[in-house]
Amino acid sequence: MATDIVTPKAMVMADYKGKVDPDWCPGCGHFGVLAAVQKALVELQIPNHQVATVSGIGCSSNFPGYIDTYGMHTLHGRSLPVATGLKMANHDMTVLVTGGDGDGFGIGCGHFVHTTRRNVDLLYLVLDNQVYGLTTGQTSPTSRVGMKTKSMPFGNIETPLNPISLALAAGATFVGRGFTGDQKHLTELIKRGIEHKGFSFIDVFSPCVTYNHDNTFQWFRPRVKKLEDNPSYDPSDWIAAMEKSLQWGDEIPIGRFFERNDLPTLHGAEPVLAKGALVKQDIRMPADVAKSFIDELM
Amino acid sequence: MRQSFSVGIGGAAGQGVATPGDIFAKIFSRRGLHLNAYNAYQSIIRGGHTFLTVRTGPDKIPTTDGRLDLLIPLNQDTMDRHLRLLSLGGACLYNSDLIQPGTPADGVQLCPIPVSQLADLSRNKVAQNTLAIGAALSMMGIGFPAMESVLEEQFRKKERSVIDENVSLARAGYDYATQNFKPFAWPLPTTDARYAVLSGNAAMAMGGAAAGVKFYCAYPMSPSTGVLHWMAEHARTAQIMVRQVEDEIGVINMAIGAAHAGVRAMCATSGGGFALMSEGLGLSAQAEIPVVVIDCQRAGPSTGVPTKTEQGDLWQMLGAAFGDYPRVIAAPLDIADCFKLMPEIFNLTDQFQCPGIVLCDLLLAEGRLTVDSKELDFFPTIDRGELITSNGSGDHEPYQRYKITESGVSPRVIPGIPGYTHTVSSDEHDEDGVLISDEYTNNAKRRAMMEKRMRKEIGIAAAIQPPQLLGPANADVTLIGWGSTYGVIDEACELLREAGISANHLPIRWLVPLHGDAILDLLRDARHTIIVENNYSGQFARYLRSETSFTPTGHIRKYDGEPLFPHHIVEAVQEQLAGKTRLSIPVHEIMV
Repeated sequence: MATDIVTPKAMVMADYKGKVDPDWCPGCGHFGVLAAVQKALVELQIPNHQVATVSGIGCSSNFPGYIDTYGMHTLHGRSLPVATGLKMANHDMTVLVTGGDGDGFGIGCGHFVHTTRRNVDLLYLVLDNQVYGLTTGQTSPTSRVGMKTKSMPFGNIETPLNPISLALAAGATFVGRGFTGDQKHLTELIKRGIEHKGFSFIDVFSPCVTYNHDNTFQWFRPRVKKLEDNPSYDPSDWIAAMEKSLQWGDEIPIGRFFERNDLPTLHGAEPVLAKGALVKQDIRMPADVAKSFIDELM
Repeated sequence: MRQSFSVGIGGAAGQGVATPGDIFAKIFSRRGLHLNAYNAYQSIIRGGHTFLTVRTGPDKIPTTDGRLDLLIPLNQDTMDRHLRLLSLGGACLYNSDLIQPGTPADGVQLCPIPVSQLADLSRNKVAQNTLAIGAALSMMGIGFPAMESVLEEQFRKKERSVIDENVSLARAGYDYATQNFKPFAWPLPTTDARYAVLSGNAAMAMGGAAAGVKFYCAYPMSPSTGVLHWMAEHARTAQIMVRQVEDEIGVINMAIGAAHAGVRAMCATSGGGFALMSEGLGLSAQAEIPVVVIDCQRAGPSTGVPTKTEQGDLWQMLGAAFGDYPRVIAAPLDIADCFKLMPEIFNLTDQFQCPGIVLCDLLLAEGRLTVDSKELDFFPTIDRGELITSNGSGDHEPYQRYKITESGVSPRVIPGIPGYTHTVSSDEHDEDGVLISDEYTNNAKRRAMMEKRMRKEIGIAAAIQPPQLLGPANADVTLIGWGSTYGVIDEACELLREAGISANHLPIRWLVPLHGDAILDLLRDARHTIIVENNYSGQFARYLRSETSFTPTGHIRKYDGEPLFPHHIVEAVQEQLAGKTRLSIPVHEIMV
């Protein structure tokens, strides 16, 4: 690859503005997540051409269109394998993955578990509104028991999935939970998630103002309690994180549940990538290597 | 008839059928002989019945033809099943301590080996195998030193004592046969040629590596797993990143992610795994990200017969993912072509930014063939198409990922380059990549974008070779096949000519786009046309009719899990020319 001409400049919010404005419903929680991501990128001063934003399908998966980076709007539930492939082929990119609770914990849950255990160095943000929005309001894997939707009009009878416990059990090296209603806290959490070397998972409470009348901004606001406000909480203690992940009700913890930095990332563990990003390596193999492959067959 | 010699080795899985097969393959290829090997087996790790046929000779060996010169049964079951395959001049080498011979045909030599007298069975449980190989070489007229060097190599990772023991066992078998058995009437010749021996799976993996694949991922699935194994074993020397993924949905999407980042990416599977990849194929088409998928067909539907061959996936490939989109589908004709096709299909998918499918099958994927190493070109032409790899002077027109062009191809950019940020998308989009499916669906833009993508089909069709008719013009019969039937039809044509029936052959390699007009031109004057394929419904015949309205005079189909043999085609052609039927379904004579 040829060398690029780069004019160094300070990144500002406007640099990350996408080609179109979001078409989310007025008051949607996702606006706050988008702003927090853009703010985090400005504060970290990551040029937009070095960022890839990958999503699945759903309201929150329209995200890449609203932020000026290298975007990929993929298939429902498939953002994580696409993002993994992208990161493996060019690990110099900062990779952000966005999607909803249906995308990530429903149709894409298998990929969530495996991407987690692989410790792929990316930030996975789930904009969790506990409902299917773009399909006009059905029960999601995180909908509470009893919640009435068009697909379960007499109330959900299935236990919701706990994304934090699941991520911890699957071996995530960074697990957090944010609330779109607390911008400052969310932005800090996202920054840490981007900076973390390995798989960072942040479940963000991002209320759906149209289809979820149970878990609203008003419902969350008095309940969320920052882990960072508790000086005795140790995010390197996995057991403590697991215990904390089970807390739900009048008090719901948000913040950095868990982080460890002693495990190699997937690209870091791959010797083939020691010579640099795959996309920057020579497409041709050396002649002696080719000859050795033929010699094996003789 | 071309001169050839066939060895059949059978036993239960785990009895060590593979090693004698490898040893024979090495010995034959180093005599400058061609060979073709096919292993009939089941989805079982221990037990069952495995039957390996190795056919060799001085000319190209397109098939294993079902005929045997030498049978080495490692158990009673193999003796009982296959002794009847031997005819005049054939021989059967067996362990007379364990195996009762059946009644052979006239002129078949039964060669009992008293294994317990020649070997210490407490030390070597597979002594009978090595004794039999030694004996076989003596009867074939091959000098013992050839065996010694191959055994050295075969067991090079073992201790010296293991090698020495095997050499002395082979020597004992060799000497015993020299004293007690009649050699074959046709001693195996030698030539100065030296061939590579490889499977279709290895050939496709190596062809991919030669094409510049940097990312390979897969989920294990027979009969495609050999591609993963070659890739994994050679990943570090070839600088290819190889990942085993949780399922085939993850596989195709991971490959697409890597391809979008700018590397050549490939994956392989079989019919069931391909079904899971279907939606991802649509993503490749819609987002215009090139990816190459190998499908090694096995007998379906569903789990089907995992270890048996079939050409039953064609319509799955034609209909994979919903909507209309340009795609390339090619079926390699033989194992050498498994290699050659890969750089070609990568160039096409890069140039036209669409998915490419290599439609192989178990017969080629797991079969082994001698190939002239000059045909394995590791430095083929690489054309990445319109790919922006740097921002040049930094000064350029505003970039549009899906710019409408006459060719339908919009220049692609490698993510990471300043000034070219954009979003690719599975949703319909405008030239900028902005979704047109949500707020306001602009039907004019939708139509323009559909037409832009579909225009690529014209370019692809122009870039690929139209099919050619092989053999004499004005033949009595024209045999039409696709993919792996190339070898068997080629050999059948030769046998037909010897039987006084002139035959020619139209092999189809590029399935999509199909050169329908060229095919009609070639078949216009054909007297009697027969489509030969390894499936129940005549999938290619139906496809050809849908594209061209062409209907052949007759069909030869086989769907019992085993490949066609040349004589199946010869007999079917004879009965069809005699007007007895228009559909022949040959019966497979080897029960495995």
